[in-house]
Amino acid sequence: MVVKMVSLTIDGRAVAVPAGTLVVDAAKKAGIDIPVFCYHPKLDPVGMCRQCLVEIGRPLIDRATNQFILDADGKPKISFGPKLETACTTPVSEGMVVVTDSDKVVAARKDVLEFILTSHPLDCPICDKGGECPLQNLTMRYGPPVSRFLFDEKMHLAKHVPLGELIYLDRERCIQCGRCVRFQSELVDDPVIGFSQRGRALQIVTFSNPGFDSIWSGNTTDICPVGALTTADFRFGARPWEMNASASICNHCAVGCNLTYNVRREAKAGGKTVIKRVMPRQNEMVNEIWLCDKGRLAYHYMESDQRLEQPLVRKGGELVPAGWDEALNLVTEKLRSAGNRMVMLVGGRLSNEDLFNLGELTEAQGGQKLLYSYMGGGDLVSRFAPPKGSNLGELGAGSVVLVVACDLHQEAPLWWLRLKQAVKRGAKLIVASARPTRLDKFATHVVRYAYGEETRTVAAFLPVNVAGAPQVIQSAAKTLTEAEDLIVIYGSDGLYLEESTALARTCAELLLKTNHTGKVNSGLLAAWQNGNLQGGWELGFRTVPDLAERLEKAALVWVAAADPAGDDPALAKAVRRTGFLVVQELFLTETARMADVVFPVLVNAEREGSYTSGERRVQRFYPALPPKGIVPEARPDFAIPALVGEKLGIELEDHSAALVMEHIAAKFAAFAGINYQRLAEVAEQWPPVGGSDLYYGGTSYLNRQGLGVTLSDVLQGESLLNPAPIQTTQRQKPSADALPVYPIQLLYDRGTTILPSALLHERLVQPAVWVHPTTAAEHKLQSKARLIYEGEAVEVAVLLSEQTPPKVALLPRSVGLLGYWLEA
Amino acid sequence: MKEHILLRHRDIPDLHRLEVYQKHGGFETFRRAVTTLKPEEVLNEVKASGLRGRGGAGFPTGVKWSFLPNNLWPHYVVANADESEPGTFKDREILESNPYQFLEGLMLASYAVQANLSYVYLRGEFWQIARHLDACIAELEAAGLLGEHLFGTDYSLRIYTHLGAGAYICGEETALLESLEGKLGQPRLRPPFPAVYGLFGKPTVINNVETLANVPPIVERGASWYRTYGTEKSPGVKIFCLSGCVNHPGNYELPLGTTFRELIFEYGGGVPAGRKVKAIMAAGASSSLIAADENALDTPMDYESVQEKLGAPLGSASVIVIDDSVNIAWLVSKTIEFFKHESCGKCTPCREGTFWMNRIAQRIEHGKSAPEDVQLLEAVASQIQNKCLCALGEFSIMAVLSGIQKFRTDFEAKVNG
Amino acid sequence: MNELQREYPEEIERILAKYPPENKRSAVMPLLYLAQRRQGYIPPQAIQEIAQILELSTTEVASVAGFYSLFHEQPEGRWRIQVCTDLPCALRGADEFLKRLCEALGVAVGGTTADGLFTVEEVKCLAACHRAPVFQLQGDGEIKYYESQSIDTVLALVEELRCKAESKKEGA
Ligand SMILES: Cc1cc2nc3c(=O)[nH]c(=O)nc-3n(C[C@H](O)[C@H](O)[C@H](O)COP(=O)(O)O)c2cc1C
Ligand code: SF4
Ligand code: FES
Repeated sequence: MVVKMVSLTIDGRAVAVPAGTLVVDAAKKAGIDIPVFCYHPKLDPVGMCRQCLVEIGRPLIDRATNQFILDADGKPKISFGPKLETACTTPVSEGMVVVTDSDKVVAARKDVLEFILTSHPLDCPICDKGGECPLQNLTMRYGPPVSRFLFDEKMHLAKHVPLGELIYLDRERCIQCGRCVRFQSELVDDPVIGFSQRGRALQIVTFSNPGFDSIWSGNTTDICPVGALTTADFRFGARPWEMNASASICNHCAVGCNLTYNVRREAKAGGKTVIKRVMPRQNEMVNEIWLCDKGRLAYHYMESDQRLEQPLVRKGGELVPAGWDEALNLVTEKLRSAGNRMVMLVGGRLSNEDLFNLGELTEAQGGQKLLYSYMGGGDLVSRFAPPKGSNLGELGAGSVVLVVACDLHQEAPLWWLRLKQAVKRGAKLIVASARPTRLDKFATHVVRYAYGEETRTVAAFLPVNVAGAPQVIQSAAKTLTEAEDLIVIYGSDGLYLEESTALARTCAELLLKTNHTGKVNSGLLAAWQNGNLQGGWELGFRTVPDLAERLEKAALVWVAAADPAGDDPALAKAVRRTGFLVVQELFLTETARMADVVFPVLVNAEREGSYTSGERRVQRFYPALPPKGIVPEARPDFAIPALVGEKLGIELEDHSAALVMEHIAAKFAAFAGINYQRLAEVAEQWPPVGGSDLYYGGTSYLNRQGLGVTLSDVLQGESLLNPAPIQTTQRQKPSADALPVYPIQLLYDRGTTILPSALLHERLVQPAVWVHPTTAAEHKLQSKARLIYEGEAVEVAVLLSEQTPPKVALLPRSVGLLGYWLEA
Repeated sequence: MKEHILLRHRDIPDLHRLEVYQKHGGFETFRRAVTTLKPEEVLNEVKASGLRGRGGAGFPTGVKWSFLPNNLWPHYVVANADESEPGTFKDREILESNPYQFLEGLMLASYAVQANLSYVYLRGEFWQIARHLDACIAELEAAGLLGEHLFGTDYSLRIYTHLGAGAYICGEETALLESLEGKLGQPRLRPPFPAVYGLFGKPTVINNVETLANVPPIVERGASWYRTYGTEKSPGVKIFCLSGCVNHPGNYELPLGTTFRELIFEYGGGVPAGRKVKAIMAAGASSSLIAADENALDTPMDYESVQEKLGAPLGSASVIVIDDSVNIAWLVSKTIEFFKHESCGKCTPCREGTFWMNRIAQRIEHGKSAPEDVQLLEAVASQIQNKCLCALGEFSIMAVLSGIQKFRTDFEAKVNG
Repeated sequence: MNELQREYPEEIERILAKYPPENKRSAVMPLLYLAQRRQGYIPPQAIQEIAQILELSTTEVASVAGFYSLFHEQPEGRWRIQVCTDLPCALRGADEFLKRLCEALGVAVGGTTADGLFTVEEVKCLAACHRAPVFQLQGDGEIKYYESQSIDTVLALVEELRCKAESKKEGA
C-alpha cells in the first residue's frame, strides 16, 4: 500500500507526514510539543479538554482551477480562521500552516490551563503523580502565577474513592479528560467505568461488581494525566524520583510483555531494596504500552517470606537445612549412579539460560529432557511460527486470524487486545471454540463445536475436507484460504496434552495446505501458560504423554520450576515412587516437599536472563534488585546444573548469563547470532513515551534496554508435519450419568507466582467445577459432587454458570484438582 | 396577518384532529409528493423557498438536505423537539395544536432524503405531547399514511417519538444524536457532520419542529408564494416567542423583517404601565443583550438585520423584553445559573468557566463582591470565548459580555451596595 | 426474565421495536422511565435489569441515568412540584411564587412534605414562559404542566392529590 504524503509547515518548519495524520502527531514527529490532556495517541481523538488549541491556516484555492491562489511572492495565500483549532482532532492537509507558539496560542493555553486548575486541589506534595505529572509540568511552564479563584469557592470532593479493591480515585484531582473511560470502552471493551452527572459535577463512577471489573484497570493509572487514578498497590508507596527503574519481562503468559520494576531502598525493609511497582515498558511489537493487571500486580511472590532460603536435604525422613556443598555433593553422587536413568523435568518459568544448562547436564548424562506443560505442539510452533518481521500490531485488511480452543482474553490478554485492534483496522477473525469467549464479538465467523471436537473441527477447514462441511465452516474456510496472511492461534481450552498436540498438528497442516507458511504475518502461535515454554521447545525439551510412568521409573528425577505433585494426583504418586528427587524452586511446593534435595533459586528481578515469547521473540531481563537481595543464599537456576556439572567434569557456565547465551547461539541454529548486545538494541518507536512530554503517552517507560530478537526460521517442506497424526486416548466413562470434565485456563489462577499477591485474592479462581444450571439439574448435581480421576474420586464444589455449555463440566486449572468425570 | 401559515389552528378549530386536518387539505401534499414527485423535486422546492432553519442557526434547510451522500444508507431524519432555550415555546404550540402539519413536514423531509425511519426527539418535559404524538402517529398508520409501501409505491416510512430527560444540551444536534443512541447527551466532534455521520453513524437530517412545519405549505403552494413573505435573504414567516416584561406575552407568527417595535408594542401590548423597555434579548438566554434604543426598536427582525445593525444573532427569535425595573447584573446571574446547570461538562472552558462565572455572579448578586469582581467576570467570560467544543459554552457568555459592556452601572450599583 | 421484564413485558417490546435491533442501546432512556414509574426513582436493581436487557454494562446505564435531570436516583416525594424560575419566568414573578409555595407547604426548596407526598424543586425553563408562574408535576410515571398558576390553584391541586393518595390507601 502506498501511503500518500502531505506537506505542511509547523512553526516555520516544513514537515511531510502520511495523509490522515493529526496535527498534534505531525508536530510531535517534527519535535514540536503541543500540550494535550484528553488526547492520547492510542485512543480516538475527542477534542474535549481544549488544551491543544493552535492557529491553523489553509491555502486559499481558486475554485475554477483548483489551484492555490498565490501572493505577490508566488507563495500560496494562507487563510486563518477566526478561531483557534484543536490540534488533536484536525488532520493535516496539503499546504497547511500551523502555528503553535504565537502569543494567541500561548494565551489560550494559559487560559485553558487556568480553567483546569480552578478545580484542581494542587496537592502535588502528597500526590502519587507528583514528579511525573503532565498537569504539574504544564503548570510550571504555562500556569498562572497566582490564583484568581477564591480558595473557599473551589470544589471540594472525596479524595479516596475505591473504584474496586485495585484502583482508587481522587475526585478532586480528576480533570475529566475521559482517557480512562475511553480506554476502557474503546480499547479494551470493558465499559465498567463511566461519567455520571454533568457540568462541573461530572464524575467518574463504576457500578460493576467487583468494582472496576476489568483485567486492564492498571493501565488507566498510567494514562491518567493527573494523580486521580492510582493503584492500591502503589498508592502512597513512593515518590517517582526516589525509585530506580530496571527493565524486565513478564513471565506469566506467552506474550512476554516488556515491563519496568521500580525499586528503592527502604528503612522499613531493613535497608533492603524493594520493588515498589511494576510499570509497562514500551514495545510496539509485543505489548505496546500496556500490561494486564496480573502482570502488574502479581509480582509480590518475589518478596514473599515463604521463599526458600537455603538448600534442604532429606535426613531421617525430614527435609532439613543444609549447606550448598553438602546438597550439591549428594546430588552429584546420585546422578553418577543414576546414569542415563535420569529425568529432567522443567517448567516454563525458567529462562533460556537455565533451560540450556539443565539440558546440557541432562544430555551429558544421557537422560530425558522433558517439558512440563498441559499443551503440546511447540516443536510445530518452532517450524511454523510467523517469521521475523511479523507484528500483530500490523495486521489489518487482508489479514485473517483463526483462534481455536482458546479464551485468549484470559490465556494471553495482550494478544486478545492486539487482535481486537487488528479487527478494527480491517483484519478478519475466525473463532472456533466450545464456549463463548470475549473474542466472539469481534469475529467475522464463530464456529461452535462440542468439547472433544477441536481437532476434527479444524480438520474440516482443510481444502480436502471442506466440501462436505457445514455452511459456517465452509464460509470461514473460504475466508482463511483467501487470506493474504493467516495466523492460527491455539490454546488449551478443554484440552489435555494429547489433544492439544493433535490440535497443533492439524493447525499446522491447515497453514501448510492453504499456503500460509514462511510469510511475514502468517503462522502458528500457541497460548502457553508460562513465559518461556516456547523457549523450552526451542532448546530441545519435549512433552510426553506418559510422564507419570517415566517419572516413576527413573532413578533420579530433577524438577525445576514445576510442581507436578501439586497439580496432578497421578504425578504425585509417581514422583513419590521415583528413586531420588531433586527440586530447584522458589517455594516449598508439593513436589519440593517430596524431594530428597531442594535448591533455593532466585526470582528474575534478582538476576539476569532471557525468555523466548510465544512469538519466538527472545527478550532480556535485567537484575532489579542488588545481588544477595531478598534471599542471599539462593542462586540463579542455571548455576545449579553448572555447579553439579563441574563436579561431574561437565563444563557449564555458572556465573554469566550472557556467556550461557553465547553457548546457546553456538549450539542452536535458531539462536545463531543472538547475544546480549543484540538483545539490548532499541529503535525509535511510535508513539514516543517517557521523557518530558508525559502528557502525550502517559507514564509507560521508554524502552532503552532492548526490543528483543525473533528466532530464525527453521522451516520448510511437508516433512515439517512430523510426527504423524496423534491418537488420543479414549477415557472410560465410570457411569452412565457421569459428566465429562474439561480443563480451562483463567487469568487469575492459583499458581505459586500469583497466590502470594494478597491484592489479587478477591479475583482468584475458586476451586470448583462449573456446570450449567440446566445440566446440573438434569444430573441431579448439588453444591458438592464427586470428581473422578484415574479411578479415584474427591469431593468438589459445584458452581452454576450460565456461560458453561450443556452436558459438560469445566474445571479451572491450578486449583489443585484434576478430574475426567463428575458424578452426583 | 390575515391568515396563519404555521399556527393555522388559530384560524381552524380542532385542527389537531386528523379528519379536520385532512378536510383542510392535510396530507394531500404528502400523497402528491410520494406518488407524483421525485425526492429531488421536493428538495428543490424547499431549497428554492429559501427556508432557513428555525432552531437557531438559520441554516438553509434545502441545502442541508442536499448534503446527504447517496452512497451511504440508510438515511434518517430526526425532528428536534427539544425546545429548551429559555424564552422559547413555539414548537410546543405547534406540537400541541397543529401536530399533523409538523408530522407532514417531517414526512415530506423523510421522503425528500429517502429516509424510511425517522424520529421525533422531544424534551422529557413534553411527556404529554409525546403521548399525543404517538396517538397521532398510530392514526396515520391506521389511515395508511405511514407504514409500508405508501399509496402503493415502494416508499415506506415509520416515525417514532423519543423522549429526552431534562438536558438543554440535547437540543444541540450532535448531543441529541448521542442521547437518541442511548448515551450521555454530550456533543460530538464536528466534522464529520450529521449529514454524513449522524444517527447510528448514518447520514441524518436534523430539523427543528417549526422548520418542518413550514415544509407542507411550501411544497403545496410553491417557493415563490413562500417568498412573498419575509425578506430576500430571510424569506417566510417566523413564530416570535414574546416573553418577559410585556403585557401580552405569547407566540406571534409574523413575516421575518417585522420590527421589534411592532412585535413588542403592536402585538405584545407594550410594557407594563409606567415602565420603559430597557433591553431586549432576541435569542432567549443565549442572546447578546440589545440596549433598547430607538434604533434597536426599529430594527427589522430578520437574520441579517439583527446581526448587522445590533451585533446580536436572531437565533430562535425568542424575544425576552426587559424593562427598566430590572437590574442587568441580576439578569446575567440568572443566565449564568442556567448555563452552569446545563453545561454538559465535556469541554474544559464551558465546564469550568460557567462554574467560575456562577461563583462570581452570585457574589455580585448577593452584594459580597469587590469592584474588581466585575472585571474578573468579564475576563473569565472572554477566556471562555472561542474555545468551546460546542455552541453552549459560547452562548453562556453572550449576556455576560454584552451586559457588562452595555449596562456596567447596573453591576457597579450591586458592587457598591 | 428479570423483574422489569415480568412487570412490563408489552411496554418493553414496544420500546425495543422502535430502534434497529443492532442499536437497541437507544432504548436505555425509555427503559429508565419505565423503571422509574413505580417508585418515582430508579433503584440500583433496575439499573442492572436494564443493563441485562440491552446487553450494556451497569455502569453505562447508570451513567445515563446520572446525566439527565428527570431521572432520579434517590427516593423523594411521590410527586415532584417542579417550578420554573428561569429568566423569563423570573421576570414574571416566579421566584416569589416559589417562595410562597414553599412557605405554604412548609418545606425548603428541594425539601419534601412531612407526609412524603410532595417535593418542591426549582427547574430550568419549561417552554411555558408566557404563562408564568408555571410548574410541572412529575410523579406516577407522568409529567404534567400547570400554567398561569397562583398559590390557590397549586394548593387546590395538592389537596386533590392528597385525597387521591388517601383514598388509594383506604382502598388498599
Ligand atoms: C446548546 C444548543 C441548544 C440547542 N437547542 C435547540 C433546541 O432546543 N431546538 C432546536 O430545534 N434546535 C436547537 N439547537 C440547534 C440545533 O443544534 C440545530 O441547529 C437545529 O436543530 C437544526 O435544525 P434547523 O436547521 O431546522 O434549525 C441548539 C443548539 C445548541 C448549540
Ligand atoms: S461547550 Fe459546554 S455543553 Fe458544549 S461540549 Fe463544552 S461543556 Fe459541553
Ligand atoms: S482537546 Fe485536544 S488534547 Fe484535549
